[in-house]
Amino acid sequence: MDNKELQKANARLVWRIVAIAVLMFGLGFAIAPYYDAVCSYFGISGRVNEASSEQTMQVDASREISVEFVSVVNGQMPLKFRAETSKLKVNPGQYYTVNYYAENTSDKKLVGRAVPSISPAWLSAFLKKAECFCFSEQEFEPHKERKMPVRFVIDPAVQADAKEMTLSYTFFDITEKSQTIKN
Amino acid sequence: MKKTLQLLTSLWSVIWGVAYAETGSGTGVGWGALNLPAGATPLSHDIHDLHMTILWICVAIGVIVYGILIYSLIHHRKSKGVEPAKFHENTKLEILWTIIPFVILIAMAIPATKVMIKVYDTNESEMTIKVTGYQWKWRYEYLTDGLGKGIDFFSSLDAKSNEARQLGSKIDPTTVEHYLLNVDNPLVIPANKKIRILLTAADVLHAWWVPEFGWKKDAIPGFVTDGWIKVEQPGIYRGQCAELCGRDHGFMPIVVVVKPEAEYKEWVAEQLSKKEANKVDLSKTLTLDELNTKGKEVYAANCAACHMPEGEGMAGTFPAIKGSKVALGPIADHVKLVLHGKAAMPAFKDQLNDLETAAVVTYQRNGFGNNKGDSVQPADIQAYK
Amino acid sequence: MSVATHDDAHAHDHHDHGPAKGFMRWVTTTNHKDIGTLYLITGLIMFFVGGAMALVIRAELFEPGLQYVDPHFFNQMTTLHALIMVFGAVMPAFAGLANWMIPMMIGAPDMALPRMNNWSFWLLPFSFVMLASTLFMDGGAAAAGWTLYPPLVLQTGNALPFTVFTVHMLGMSSIMAAINIIVTVFNMRAPGMTMMKLPLFVWTWVITAFLLIAVMPVFAGAVTMLLTDKFFGTSFFNAAGGGDPVLYQHLFWFFGHPEVYILILPSFGIISSIIPTFSRKPLFGYASMVYATSAIGFLSFIVWAHHQYTVGMPIAGELYFTYATMLIAVPTGVKVFNWLATMWKGAMTFETPMLFAIAFVVLFTMGGFTGLMMSISPADLQYHDTYFIVAHFHYVLVPGAVFALFAAAYYWLPKWTGHMYDERLGQLHFWLTTISVNICFFPQHFVGLAGMPRRIPDYAVQFAEFNAMSSVGAFVFGFSQLIFAYVIYKAIQGGEKATSEVWEGAEAHGLEWHLSSPPPYHSWTEAPPKEIISDLH
Repeated sequence: MDNKELQKANARLVWRIVAIAVLMFGLGFAIAPYYDAVCSYFGISGRVNEASSEQTMQVDASREISVEFVSVVNGQMPLKFRAETSKLKVNPGQYYTVNYYAENTSDKKLVGRAVPSISPAWLSAFLKKAECFCFSEQEFEPHKERKMPVRFVIDPAVQADAKEMTLSYTFFDITEKSQTIKN
Repeated sequence: MKKTLQLLTSLWSVIWGVAYAETGSGTGVGWGALNLPAGATPLSHDIHDLHMTILWICVAIGVIVYGILIYSLIHHRKSKGVEPAKFHENTKLEILWTIIPFVILIAMAIPATKVMIKVYDTNESEMTIKVTGYQWKWRYEYLTDGLGKGIDFFSSLDAKSNEARQLGSKIDPTTVEHYLLNVDNPLVIPANKKIRILLTAADVLHAWWVPEFGWKKDAIPGFVTDGWIKVEQPGIYRGQCAELCGRDHGFMPIVVVVKPEAEYKEWVAEQLSKKEANKVDLSKTLTLDELNTKGKEVYAANCAACHMPEGEGMAGTFPAIKGSKVALGPIADHVKLVLHGKAAMPAFKDQLNDLETAAVVTYQRNGFGNNKGDSVQPADIQAYK
Repeated sequence: MSVATHDDAHAHDHHDHGPAKGFMRWVTTTNHKDIGTLYLITGLIMFFVGGAMALVIRAELFEPGLQYVDPHFFNQMTTLHALIMVFGAVMPAFAGLANWMIPMMIGAPDMALPRMNNWSFWLLPFSFVMLASTLFMDGGAAAAGWTLYPPLVLQTGNALPFTVFTVHMLGMSSIMAAINIIVTVFNMRAPGMTMMKLPLFVWTWVITAFLLIAVMPVFAGAVTMLLTDKFFGTSFFNAAGGGDPVLYQHLFWFFGHPEVYILILPSFGIISSIIPTFSRKPLFGYASMVYATSAIGFLSFIVWAHHQYTVGMPIAGELYFTYATMLIAVPTGVKVFNWLATMWKGAMTFETPMLFAIAFVVLFTMGGFTGLMMSISPADLQYHDTYFIVAHFHYVLVPGAVFALFAAAYYWLPKWTGHMYDERLGQLHFWLTTISVNICFFPQHFVGLAGMPRRIPDYAVQFAEFNAMSSVGAFVFGFSQLIFAYVIYKAIQGGEKATSEVWEGAEAHGLEWHLSSPPPYHSWTEAPPKEIISDLH
C-alpha cells in the first residue's frame, strides 16, 4: 500500500468507528423510552401501565389475591397522604375501587404528582387500571383534603403462585417546577 | 510497641482465621468477625451455606492451581539447569480445562437458583412493615391489622454514638455501647412470623441491610421493593444502610428487636396506647417551667446531636441555637423551621407531637441564655402546620 | 527524560527526523514514543494523586471515630480516588504502553493518526485540572461515588457540570486513542504480520479499543442525562417525571462492566508477553488466548446487571445475570491455565518483571475467586456494597492491573531508555509492594463478610483491628511506590547499557527486541524482514 492509499484506508476506517461511537451515544438516549416500554411490558422495576378503559374479563372467583395499598410522600412535602383501606382481597377479573386521600397541611397551594409502583415488580403487568390519579398534576388547596379514586382489576392471566401484591403511590412535590412552567 | 504487638496478633489471627471461618460463627466481635454470619432466618442460613459451598470450591481450585504453580516455580527454573521444553499447545488439555470449570459452574448454579427462588417468595407473609429511607434515618410503618397497624415512627442513630462520632469529639468510641450500631427507636417485630418488608425512600437511594437476616435491598424513591424475614430467635439484630446516601450514610444504623409473639403484642398495645396518650389536650395551657422541662428532654433526644447539648452548634455545619436569629426572632418562623425543616435540617412535623414541638421551641427560646421569656402552647402549633 | 538517540548509530541515520528541542517538543509532538512517554508520566503522576486520596481515606479509617475529615469530604475522596485511578492512572498508562509498543510490535514506523494522537493525550491534563478544581468549588467535588448514581449525585453543588464535562473530555480522549489503535493495527502491520501473529498485548488492546468505542459514548450519554435532569428539567432518572433512577444504573453498568475489562485485558496481554520470555518457552495456547480474550470482551456486554442484584429485578433477570456472569470464569480460567502451562517445564528466572507477573497470576486469581462468589446472586445479597466487594475489586485492579503495569514498566524500561534499571531496587519494590498490598486488602474480605458496608467514614468498633491493619498496609504500599519512581528516574539518567535484545532469548518473542535500545525515533521506517516475523512465537 502506498502512502495515499493508506491514508484513504485509514480515513475510511476512522469514519466507520466514529459512526459506531455516535450510534452508541444515541443508543443511550434511545434506550430511555425503550426501557420504559420494556419495563412496563415485563413489569421490571414495578412500573405500572397508565390507565386504560374498562374491559370485561372472566372473573375467577376461585382465586383470591390480597392487595396492599401503600402511600408515600417524597421529601418534605407537607401532605398527609393515605389509602382508605390498607388491604383488600380481590378476585382476578373483578374491578375494584379504592380511594386515596391527600390533605395539604400547609398554607400554600401545592402541586404534586403521584407515581405508582407495584411490588413484587413482575406482577405489575397484570394490574390494569381503569381510573388513576397517577402521573398527572394534582393541585391541593391549603388545608383541604382531596379524595382520589383508583379503579383497577387484576388480569386473570396472572401466575397461579401470585398471592400477594402491593400497590404504592409516591407523591412528589412539583409545586416549584409547575410554577416555573406556568410563569 | 503496643501497635507492633497488635499487628503481630492481627497477622496471627489472619492465619488462624482461615481455619476459624469453617465453624461459620462469624457473629463474634474483634478478631472473631471473620465470616458471613449464619444468621437468624431461613434465608440467611441458606445463603450462608451457599457461601460456604462456593468458598470451599474456590479453596479447592485454589489449592490445585497454586500447587501446580508452586511446583513449577521450584522445579522449572534455569538455576536448576533445566532445558526449556518446546511445547506450546495441547488440544486435549485445553478442551479439558474448558469443560471441567463449566461443569463446576453448573454444580454451583443449581443451589444458587434454588436459594434465589426462595428469596423471591414473599407470598403468605403474616405481616407487612413499610420501611422508608430518609437522609439519614429510617421510618417504620406497621401496615397489618392487629399486628401493630398505626405504629409509625422514625429511627435514627442514638444520641451517644452521635455525640461520639462528631469530628474532634474526643470521645473514645470503644466506650460507647454498640457504637454506630444503636438507634433511638428500634424496629420491633415478633419472632417466627413471616414478615414482608416493603422498601422505599423519600430522597435518594438507600439500602436496608441486617446481615443476620441474609439480604439487603435498595430503597428507591418512587418505587417499592420488597423482601421477607422470619426470625427464629428473639434477640437484638443490628445492621446499617448499605447504599451511599450522602454525608451521613455511615450513621443511619438499623436495630431490630425480635420479641416472642406475646411480648410483641404487649409492645404493640403499649405503643398504641402511648400514641393515644400523646394526643395532646390542646385546651390545656402549660406554664413556662412545665414547657421548659419537657422541652429539655425533647431537645436532648432530637436536637442535641447536631446543635450540641449546650446549643452552641458546630461552626460551618450546624448553626448554634444559642443567640441565634431564629430563636430570638418571631415565634412563627421558629415553629415553622422545626415543623418543616430546611436544607440539612429535617422536618419534625411527623416526629414530634404538638406538645413536644411547643415545648422544644419554648426551651430553645429560653434555654442557653437566650432568655426570650415567651412561650408557645401546644394549641398554637396546629396553626403553623 | 529524552529518548536519547544521538549516541545510537542506528538512530543517527534518522537524525533529521529527530525530536524538536525543549518544551514545545512535548506540546506539538506527533511521535508515538513521545506521546507514549507523556501518557505514562501522566499515569504515574495521577497514580500518586489518587494514591494520596486513598491515604486520606485509610488514615481516617485507621481507627473508629472521626479524626481528620468531615464525612462529606471523605465521600469526595472515595469518589475522586476511584475516578482518578481508573481514568487518570490505569487507562492513560495502558494508552502509553500501547503508543510506545504497538508500532514497534507490528513493524510500523508510527501510529496511523499521529495528530489525533497528540490531541487525545492533551485533552487529559486539562480534564484532570478541571476535575481537581471541583474540590474547591461551592459544595465540594462530586461525593456520590465514582458510579455517580442519581438522585444523590444531583445534590452535588457547582461541581456537577464540571464533573460531567470531565467525563466527556476523558471519553473523547479514550475514544480517539482507541480509534488510533484500531486503525494502526488494521492498516499498518508489516507484511507477514498476520492477525494471528500479533503479540497478545496487541490483540488484547484491539479488543479493549472496541470495548472503549462501544461503551464510552454510553457513559457520556448517561452523564449528559444527569446534566439535563439537573438543569433542563428532563426526568430521565427522576421518578416524579416518569423516569427511573435504576435506568441510570443500567446505563452506567452497561459502560461500567466493559470498563473494568478495559482495565484488565491489556494486563492479560502484558502478562502473556512476560511469562514466555522469562520461562524461555513459547506462550502456551496462543489461539485459545485470543479466543478467550474475545469471549471475555463479548461477555462483558451481557452481564452488567450483576452490579445491581439488590435493586429488585425480576427473578428471571437475577438468574440470567448470575449464569452469564459465572460463564466469565471459563475463559478467564483458560487464561490462567495457559500461563501455568507456559511456565511448566520452562527454564524460569525471576527478574522484577517476572516477579510482578507471577504475583499477578496468584493475586488476580484471588480476585477471580471472589468475583465468582459474587456472581452468585443470592450470596451477593450479602456481599453487595460491603468491604468484601472493595477487597475483590482492589485485588483485580491493584495486584491485577497495576501489577501488570509495574511488570510492563520493568520489562520495557531498558528498551525505552537504553539502560538497565536497578535490579536490587526493583526487587525491593516488588517485595514491599506485594506484602503490603495483601496486608492492605486481605483483611477487607473479613470485615466485609462480618458486616462492614463500603463508603463509610467511620465504623463500629468490632471492625477496628482489621481496619488498622489495612491502613498500615496501605501506607507501606503508598510509600513503596516512591522506590518505583526513583528506579525509573535512575534508569532514564543512566546505568548499564541494555542490548537490543535486553532479555535472554527475547528476540523470539517480539519485534520490539529487534530494534536498538533505545529504539530509533521512528520505529520501523522499513518493514522488518519477513524471516524475523515468521520466526516469532
